[in-house]
Amino acid sequence: MSDPTTLANEAAAIEPRPRDGRQTHFTHSREQTSEPTTLAIRVRDLNAWYGDFQALHAISLDIPANRVSALIGPSGCGKSTLLRWFNRMNDTIPSAHARGSVNLGDTDLLSRTTDVVDLRRRIGIVFQRPNPFPKSIFDNVAFGPRLHMKLSRTELQDVVEWALRKAAVWDEVKDRLASPALGLSGGQQQRLCIARAIAVGPEVLLMDEPCSALDPASTLAVEDLIFELRRQYTIVIVTHNMQQAARCSDQTAFFYEGRLIEVGATTTVFTKPKQQQTEDYVSGKFG
Amino acid sequence: MNLREQTKMQSPAEFDSDSKGPLASIQLLSGEPRRKLDARFRGLCVTIAAVSVLVLIGLLGSILLQGVPSLSLTLLTGGPEPDPSEAGIRPAIFGTLWVCSLCALFTLPIGVATAILLEEYQPRNRYGRFIYSVIQLNISNLAGVPSVVYGLLGLTAFVSMFGLFGSRTSQGGGLEIGVRYYDQFFSEGMRSILVPVSDPSQPVNKLVNGMQGFDSRGNQVAINVIPIGTPLPTGDELRYTLYEDGEAGRITKKAWYHFSLPLGRGVLTGALTLMLVILPVIIISSQEALRAVPSSLRDGALGLGSTPWQVVWHVTLPSAMPGILTGAILAMSRAIGETAPILIIAGIVYISRAPQNLMDDFTVMPLQIFNWISRPQEEFHAIAAAGIILLLAILLSFNALAVLIRQKLHKPLS
Amino acid sequence: MSSADSLATPTWRGDLDDRVSKYLGRSQRSLKLVRGRETVIYVILIASGLFSLLITGAIIYVLAIETVSFFKSDEVTFANFFGSTTWNPLLGGTKSFGIWALICGTMLVTAIAMSIALPLGLITAIYLSEYAPRRVRNVLKPVLEVLAGVPTVVYGFFALMTITPILQWLHGGFSVYNAASAGIAVGILCLPTVCSLAEDALQAVPRGLREGAYGLGATRFDVSVKVVVPAALSGIISAFLLAIARAVGETMIVALAAGSLAQATFDPRQQVQTMTGFMVQMASGDVSNYGTEYYSMYAVAFTLFIMTLALTMVGNIVRRRFREAYE
Repeated sequence: MSDPTTLANEAAAIEPRPRDGRQTHFTHSREQTSEPTTLAIRVRDLNAWYGDFQALHAISLDIPANRVSALIGPSGCGKSTLLRWFNRMNDTIPSAHARGSVNLGDTDLLSRTTDVVDLRRRIGIVFQRPNPFPKSIFDNVAFGPRLHMKLSRTELQDVVEWALRKAAVWDEVKDRLASPALGLSGGQQQRLCIARAIAVGPEVLLMDEPCSALDPASTLAVEDLIFELRRQYTIVIVTHNMQQAARCSDQTAFFYEGRLIEVGATTTVFTKPKQQQTEDYVSGKFG
Repeated sequence: MNLREQTKMQSPAEFDSDSKGPLASIQLLSGEPRRKLDARFRGLCVTIAAVSVLVLIGLLGSILLQGVPSLSLTLLTGGPEPDPSEAGIRPAIFGTLWVCSLCALFTLPIGVATAILLEEYQPRNRYGRFIYSVIQLNISNLAGVPSVVYGLLGLTAFVSMFGLFGSRTSQGGGLEIGVRYYDQFFSEGMRSILVPVSDPSQPVNKLVNGMQGFDSRGNQVAINVIPIGTPLPTGDELRYTLYEDGEAGRITKKAWYHFSLPLGRGVLTGALTLMLVILPVIIISSQEALRAVPSSLRDGALGLGSTPWQVVWHVTLPSAMPGILTGAILAMSRAIGETAPILIIAGIVYISRAPQNLMDDFTVMPLQIFNWISRPQEEFHAIAAAGIILLLAILLSFNALAVLIRQKLHKPLS
Repeated sequence: MSSADSLATPTWRGDLDDRVSKYLGRSQRSLKLVRGRETVIYVILIASGLFSLLITGAIIYVLAIETVSFFKSDEVTFANFFGSTTWNPLLGGTKSFGIWALICGTMLVTAIAMSIALPLGLITAIYLSEYAPRRVRNVLKPVLEVLAGVPTVVYGFFALMTITPILQWLHGGFSVYNAASAGIAVGILCLPTVCSLAEDALQAVPRGLREGAYGLGATRFDVSVKVVVPAALSGIISAFLLAIARAVGETMIVALAAGSLAQATFDPRQQVQTMTGFMVQMASGDVSNYGTEYYSMYAVAFTLFIMTLALTMVGNIVRRRFREAYE
């Protein structure tokens, strides 16, 4: 396995590839692409278990800020487990436990004393299946801000609109904010869930196979969005779909049987993998 | 066995004609007897199902037949008079109303809270898991405890409260608020005069000249005591004039907030006892309702940085509410029909009016019905049947309400 | 969202972005407060959870201390309580507290009830789970629900006013109060319990087992009786145990229809008194609150409680095991 300290440098060299013909209506003001990349999440020697089953073996990995990092690998390789340790969603599984260190800036994410509530505000998550609450569209997006902030009604409306615009779903829902979110299509629901996650102002967005339950058109819309959002957020995406990883990520990490096999710039991993297993997986020999 | 099973689709004759290797030489059993058995069993099932429908029809029919002639307005407005033609169930209806609403008030919060604890808050360690499984098993066991046993628990724990506060009698005792004791005299003008009593454990006051009391209008008067044989005064003075042999009776006036310890055989005791009976029912049905909420919703809320309680309050509980309400209504209909524990704590007493405070004696509809059934006179049996019709009508409308809530409020959750 | 409409212009970004980043940057809600509230709520929830344990504790404590007072009385001996079949607590000179008379009455009524409820309930459950077309289910299920929701005092009335006259018409030997009539009514009462618990158990059997059997050419009868019922056997047994516990503890029906003469008999035409029936007799009569006969009520209740607790405990444990096996 490559030395983790070089990984950050390697990631820093990643240039977001220009995506011609994929013009979104966003023209974001902050252009960070030329600045050197900073480190967002640092994983060192992480071992994780479900009961007696060891799901992760000695993972060391750097997640660069304002980039899309893809975690790929066959099912059961531990990529979702790793993602769910980033914001401690694994706390909901009684048998799950981990040793090692995961840091977000100065915060030790695995520490007992870390406030998971605050942590999850800083690290948002989007799940495999869109899971809007059985409430109105507005209330879905306002859910997080209402928990964490004291906002007046107009301020709340601003936040909701902002989040929905950021998630590129505003134009589709602006006329029916009061109608139930479950009436939206799958793709809209998923973008609504992204808006919901954005609305609390997180630093990192975790996405657990966000497109696996969507049709191709909705997938495209969500991928566009992911690519766009990385300007402001650090994004970690778990995916089954190698094309997706190739399309919308800057860095790719390949996992196999709970071990990190290879990590590097997405183009490198897909075109010139260093490990045989990675090549086999990427070329579709298994998985 | 397997070979036999395989041949079901084809009759033996067919099978023989096209030779299929080694199987051809095996003597096959006909599928005919098994098919006959199947048909017979189906027939048996249909018969038995029909019997259960018939039983329900018979049950309802026999009650309607006996009860409908006695259904009348008197039944709704009257008290439990000894004359069957005047007897009614009004005090019992109010008793049921009081007891069951209080019972719902106590049971729902505790029951739903327990269900939330068990379903939404994971135990933190091995001991926690052990305690959870003990609580869970305990709840299922409590659901199986005969209700009459809860009645005995109520008798000791609520009615007499283990004797901790002394025993309460009509002469006071125990701790009480919202009650005043009076000695009631009747003047020669046949007006009642109430003399306040400060210590109800003392015997009834002796008549003293000039004793202060209240007349029936609430005015304070000094009692005028005159020797026997003296001519009575006339006019207004007669209202508060008594001969010296006049005797008083002890009466009480209870405010609406009257409360006492021990609780005695009042409405509150009834509600608390019924709470014990239906608490397990409500816990179990609320747990089922919470379990039906998809965990993706919980994950979504947790992922936004909700605390466990925020997840429950904003997401799980609203989603589970129709199920919880349905369960609660069905539990309440069980509470309405519950007789044995109420009988144990309240006994069979003559109650002619609706309860006035939490400590007031009461009866409930099924208990009044039981009372009528156990009388020897045929007429009371007819009234009992009429009361049953009323009770069943209430219960059926509760069930209908539950179904309605299930259908109206039920919305897809994912 | 009127404010939103005015912003729906291409220039929304700078404006809205600035405002929202200002809101998001503002001080968050106090986590300390939230955490404090969280702790308070958690404590309340745990208290309610422990309340149910407290109830069990209270039942055992109350029944135990009052039973001890009962046995302290000079009129009572262990040998008499557990060894005699004469239950005669009220009459002055010849008091006798032989619990067997009451247990015997309870057993007789329960046996009659179960001989109706168990087979009929199981067969109805099999029918509902394996055979019944949708239409029949839609009729049968509500009928059973209504039967389950009818108050027991109504069944008591039914037993006394309808079942007993029918029995007397069929056979002259039945007395006005008799065990058979009460038993039949208890059986009807328990039928929905058996049926719904047994149906749950049958439904829990995985589809694959049924499909496997059908694939081998089994008839519906073969599948139900030879595959599904054996697979669900422990679930069915637990349903039976819970129903028996319910019958043992049933009160109002026996109080009304079984009579009030405690005697050890196995003749269903005779009147009997059950444990629950005795408690009702005590509660509805004028008995002082302190005599031995008053405490005997608690001793009987303790016996009843232990019997039903054992049945439900075993039933629930079997049920839990069964469910785990198929999850």
